[in-house]
Order: sequence, then C-alpha cells, then structure tokens
Amino acid sequence: MRDPDDITKRLIEMLSRFLLEHDPALTDRVTFLRARFAAGLAEVHYPLGDGGLGLPRGYQTIVEGAFEQAGAPNNAPELNVIGLGMAAPTIIAYGTPEQRARFLPGLWTGEDIWCQLFSEPGAGSDLAGLSTRAVPEGDEWVVTGQKVWTSVAHVARWGILLARTDPDVPKHQGLSFFICDMTAPGVEVRPLRQLTGDSEFNEVFFTQARIPDSDRLGDVGSGWDVARATLMNERMAIGGNVPPRESGMVGAVARTWREHPERHRPDLHERLLRLWVDAEAARIASARLQQKLAAGQPGPEGSAGKLVFARLAQELSSLEVELLGDEGLLYDQWSPSGNDAFDFTGRGAAFRYLRARGNSIEGGTSEVLRNVVAERVLRLPPEDRPDTTVAWKDLPK
Amino acid sequence: MIADLLTSTEEDELSASLRGLLAARCPSTRVLAMYDGDSSLAGELWPALGIDMGLAGLLVPEQHGGAGASARDAAIVLEELGRSLAPVPFLTSSVMAVAALQAAQAADSLRQIAGGSLTCALAVPLGTCVTTFAPTATLDDDGLVHGRIGRVAGTEGSGLLLVPASDPSGGLVLALVDTAAAACEPLASLDMSRPLADLRFAGSPAIVVTQGDSAADAIRAALLLGAALLASEQVGIAQWCLDTTVGYLLERRQFGRLIGSYQAVKHRAADLFIEVETARAVARYAAAAWADGSEDRFVASAVAQAYCSDVAVHAAQECVQLHGGIGFTWEHPAHLYLKRAKADQVALGTPGDHRAILAGLIDLSM
Repeated sequence: MRDPDDITKRLIEMLSRFLLEHDPALTDRVTFLRARFAAGLAEVHYPLGDGGLGLPRGYQTIVEGAFEQAGAPNNAPELNVIGLGMAAPTIIAYGTPEQRARFLPGLWTGEDIWCQLFSEPGAGSDLAGLSTRAVPEGDEWVVTGQKVWTSVAHVARWGILLARTDPDVPKHQGLSFFICDMTAPGVEVRPLRQLTGDSEFNEVFFTQARIPDSDRLGDVGSGWDVARATLMNERMAIGGNVPPRESGMVGAVARTWREHPERHRPDLHERLLRLWVDAEAARIASARLQQKLAAGQPGPEGSAGKLVFARLAQELSSLEVELLGDEGLLYDQWSPSGNDAFDFTGRGAAFRYLRARGNSIEGGTSEVLRNVVAERVLRLPPEDRPDTTVAWKDLPK
Repeated sequence: MIADLLTSTEEDELSASLRGLLAARCPSTRVLAMYDGDSSLAGELWPALGIDMGLAGLLVPEQHGGAGASARDAAIVLEELGRSLAPVPFLTSSVMAVAALQAAQAADSLRQIAGGSLTCALAVPLGTCVTTFAPTATLDDDGLVHGRIGRVAGTEGSGLLLVPASDPSGGLVLALVDTAAAACEPLASLDMSRPLADLRFAGSPAIVVTQGDSAADAIRAALLLGAALLASEQVGIAQWCLDTTVGYLLERRQFGRLIGSYQAVKHRAADLFIEVETARAVARYAAAAWADGSEDRFVASAVAQAYCSDVAVHAAQECVQLHGGIGFTWEHPAHLYLKRAKADQVALGTPGDHRAILAGLIDLSM
C-alpha cells in the first residue's frame, strides 16, 4: 500500500463498506464511534489495531470528509482536547499493548475525558522541579502532592500525571509518568477561580492516592522524556488552517470601530491600524510557517507564533475597552460560568481584556518562549544552570 | 488561499549567486568609502549586476529585450541588495522607472534600460508616497522642462531622467530628459549608499512619453510597485543586522560569560528574529500579489511598507545597541545599515503614510 492513489482508493472502499455496515441514521452514537475505532478509522495515523491504519496524517481529511458527508456523529474533539492532543500520542508512543488497548478506545470516542496533571504551585516554568511524590508500595505507587491549572479535571475520568519517584537524583532524572484514575480515593478536584471570575481550571490534591504500577507509562525515572514528548505534541497541535483576514480578536475590534463612529479618536485610530497591520503580518507569517511544515522544513518556530498571539490578544482587547468608553466598563458576569469548550473571543470586551492577560502565562510564559526561540533557533547559550547536576532534595526551595 | 511564500530552487539559485558575487565585490569598507567621497564602487558594481547578471532588464518584457521576470524575482534580488547595501540603481531604474515606462508603453526606453547601456531615474524626491506626490517642474510650449526637483535618488551615473511636470494648461505630463541636460547637484545624504541629488532644469529638452491620467497612472505604478518591493530590501537589511548581532552575542564575553547567555540580551534577539521572519513573509506576500496581479496587491503593499520599514529600523538600532561601544564606531558597518534603514523608512512613504492608505482600503477610516 505505497502508491498514494492506491491508498486513497482502498481507504474510500473501506469507508463505503463501513458506512454500509453501520448506517449512522440507525446506529447509536457511542456504538458507531466504537465500531469506527475498531475498524481503524478513528485516526488513520494511529497504529494498526489501535484505532488507526498507520497511514500519514494527511489521509485523515478523506475519512473526516466521508463521515461528515454521511451525516455521521463525530467524537466531539473540542471536549477532549488534552486527551486527543496530548494523552493519546503519549500513550501510543510509550504505552504497552495492554495500556493502548485499555485506554485508547474510550479516549478517542470521548466516553472518557482526560486531563493533564503537570503544573504545581511550586513548579510552573520549572516543571521538572515539581514535588508531588510517588512512593512505591508493593505493586502500587502512593501519591501525595498538589497540581494546579488542570482544565477539565472536574469531568475527567483519567489524567496523565508527572510525579517524583526519586528525590535523591538530579531533578530531571527522578520523575515518572503515570495514568491516574481521577475517581480513585485520595484524588480531590477543587475549582480554581481566576481573575476573570471564571473557573476554567482546577486544583487537584493527592492524599495517599494509590496508582497501580501497571498504569505507569514508560520506565521509572524516565518521566521527563515522556513529558517532553507530550509537550511536543501540544506545540504540534497548534496550527492547522490559516484563519481568514480580520478573524479573532482583531475582527472584534475592527467591528467595534465601524459600529461606533462617535467614539473615533486619533490616538485610538493610530493604535488600531498598527495592531491591524501586526495581526495581518502574523497571519501571513503563520501561513508561511505552515507552508514550511508542509514542505518538510519543520522547526521550533511554533513558539514564536504563540508569543505574537499573546501580545496581539492583550493589546487588541486593551484597545477595545478604551474604544468602547463607558460601555467598556461593564462586565457581563462575575459569577463562575461553565468551563467547557472555551472561547477566547466570546463574551464582552472587559472579559476579553482580563482573559488575555493569561495568554502570555498559560502553555509557557512569553519569557520562557523567548528563551526557547533564542536557544533552539538562534543557538544562543543557556543561562548558567546550578539545578541540573544537584540531587533534587538538595536544591533550595 | 495564500500565495506560495517559500522560494523555488531557481529563486534560491538566484539569491545564492547574487550573494556570492556581492560578498566578493561589495565589501562594507567600499560602501563606507562612499561617505568619504569615494563612489568608485557604484561604477564597478552595476556592470557586473546589471549587464552580466542581466538585472538591468529583469522586469522588462522579453519583447523589449528584457528577462520578463516577475516581481517575485525582483524581491529576491532586492533582499540580497539590502543585505549587502549594494549601491546600485536596481530599485530606482530597474523597478520604478521600468514600471512607469511600461505603464506608458515607452518601448524604446525599456529596450535601452534592458540592454544596460543606461539607467533611468524617476525624478521625484525620495520620500514621495503615492498619496503625497505633486509635480514641481513645468513643461513649456516649446517642449522644454524648467524648475527644480530636490532630493532625487538614482541620478548618479544615469543616462535618463523620467520627469513628471505640469504642462502650460496645468495637465500632468511624464517626459524623458537626458541627464546631461539637467544640473545635478549631489547632496550630503543620511544614506550615502543611495545618495541624493538636487535636479535643476533650465529649459532642458524633453520627450513627452505620456500625459494626463495615463501619466498619473504611470507614476502611481512606479511608486506602488517600488513600495511593495522596497519591503524585500528592508528584509535583507534586517536579516544582516540580526545575523551580525547574533554572531556577536556568540563571541563577546563580559563578566566571564558570553553576553548571548543573558536573558536581558537573548530575549531582544528572539523578538528580533520573530520580527524578521514575519517581515519576510509579509514582503514575499506583497511581491507575490504583484507577480500574480492579485486584487489584494494594494493592501499587501501598504501592509508590507507599514510593517517592514519599522522592522528594518528596529533591527539596525538593536544591532548598534547590542554591539555596545564597537557598534557606535565608524569602523563597524552597523551604522551603514542604520542609515539605509532609516532612509528606507521614509523613501516611498513613512509607515504612517501607508497605514493611512490602508485605512481607506479596509474600511477603517477615522
């Protein structure tokens, strides 16, 4: 199955056969999705036997097109972003056959929502310095500690957990990676309220929670390598289609300008035009980056896009509050609202202004991303690092 | 759908051969000498680029003896010329004058330029934006040009001046004047790698190539295409500044460490990298829009000038600052790039001029 035309032809045959045998109109949604996974038509780039066919990712558009045309239900990927974007590729890369068979079907169909248990109050940018402990006891690990910024933890069935299994070695070498049952005793999820009033995220407290050793992903002590693979997938997941001109935050501000001629002022106009140009330039640059990726010239430049996105979101939303004047001083609601399928550009200008402050902190602060660009792209030397050779337990805390 | 913003193998070959030639023939010491009155580099370089490499007539259609290449190719050339600050009349003659002459269908002049026997300068002050252009010369009833046009680039060594002038009835004409028939007074300019001259016409014989709306269109074509492609020159300048700065951060030690290891310094380099990469995408997009005759070319040009002008200036300023003391010397070439970048920021309309153009195009006016 090497010839691309042949692959396409056989894929289309498979899809028609599958749809004949599983009429979307007559099949229950979950049954349909489970069958789709079993047939290898979940994600074609997943391995054969694990919901895929081991094909290049590009063929997935044929699959999605066929199912959409047939009016078939999808797996609501927007509700399981961390599961599909981070947990699944990590399980595929590091999971045993048993782990893959046990976790992937429920993950992909959306029956199980997944969360990520990485950041801690004492370990944000310095993730490898985390202190949640996992202590071996028989064929189990006993976990104690606290995680933070865990989106969807309150609805998650499973979580991917990074914990310290050996405090006596330098910090990167003493971590292990686990799959955590979020319903297990000793796992407590509490909503974390943000400065917007919302609680999009949670804190997760571990008090002597027990994880079977069979739910460890990768070797003991190799958790950092596994986590790096997970985070790499986070960066790859960003991207996709190039949005049209004036979409997102800049579109919202441009509309506000057009709708409120009475609020036009020279200083606001100057800033609006500067930001419009910057947003359009960033859009064209992201198109070029995607053309490079498609041409097989990948690079760590993805970090650059996130930096620019954060700055633009902050400056545009800040401008919009000023542009709206007294109307910009209203806030739609301070009581916490739901935290599913979040939309940065939804709600009012004042909310957007507050929410955008998080854009330069979440998923890597802008300061850390500048280090990434400087050290991985420009090859500038790292800062002196006193923390990489000393045993974790001896580091100042 | 966004045009292809990557370069083809042929385009890569063009930039590689040009870069090699300029590295050998256009050292920064020779550019520096232009500030002390030695302009011999300009006279040596153009025959190699314009004639031997065929750049003089790059954009001239094949039927008029040119290469019939597209704005994409011209952008590749300008990026390399910017990187080396090559003092050649490619932008002024081969891009802008050719655009105006082509709009005016002046076949004979196009053929002369393509052949490399002479270059032509559009006689408008550097600093003219398409929205601020106004003729200052006049054409009398006998077909003679009078008046003064200040601060024009690309006149030195040129054979022809393409002069916008008002005719006796107040209409606009575009006329060719032999450079020898005008008094050209060289000026001490901020950027001596693209020196300016005052032009005085005291009854200079002229050949009218076009008039009225068609003359206005020809000037507009020259100024707009020039602005779109100047962005690529600015990318070349910014890239040199970034590369040179990063090179220095990797060799200069203070307090026992390479200065590139300090976050206060490396973060500025990272921001500059992002700006330069973004500017390259924007400049390529503008060149592609002109090459394809896309309706988006006017927005693309305004965005390119509004963005790339400031990036080149910022890159040059960062280059001076991050080099510290050596960056402030006459000896180090950083100042040559600062001067060109600042002059380019004004050359065909400031970023503010282009934002004002853009506002009208995208329905975001005051």
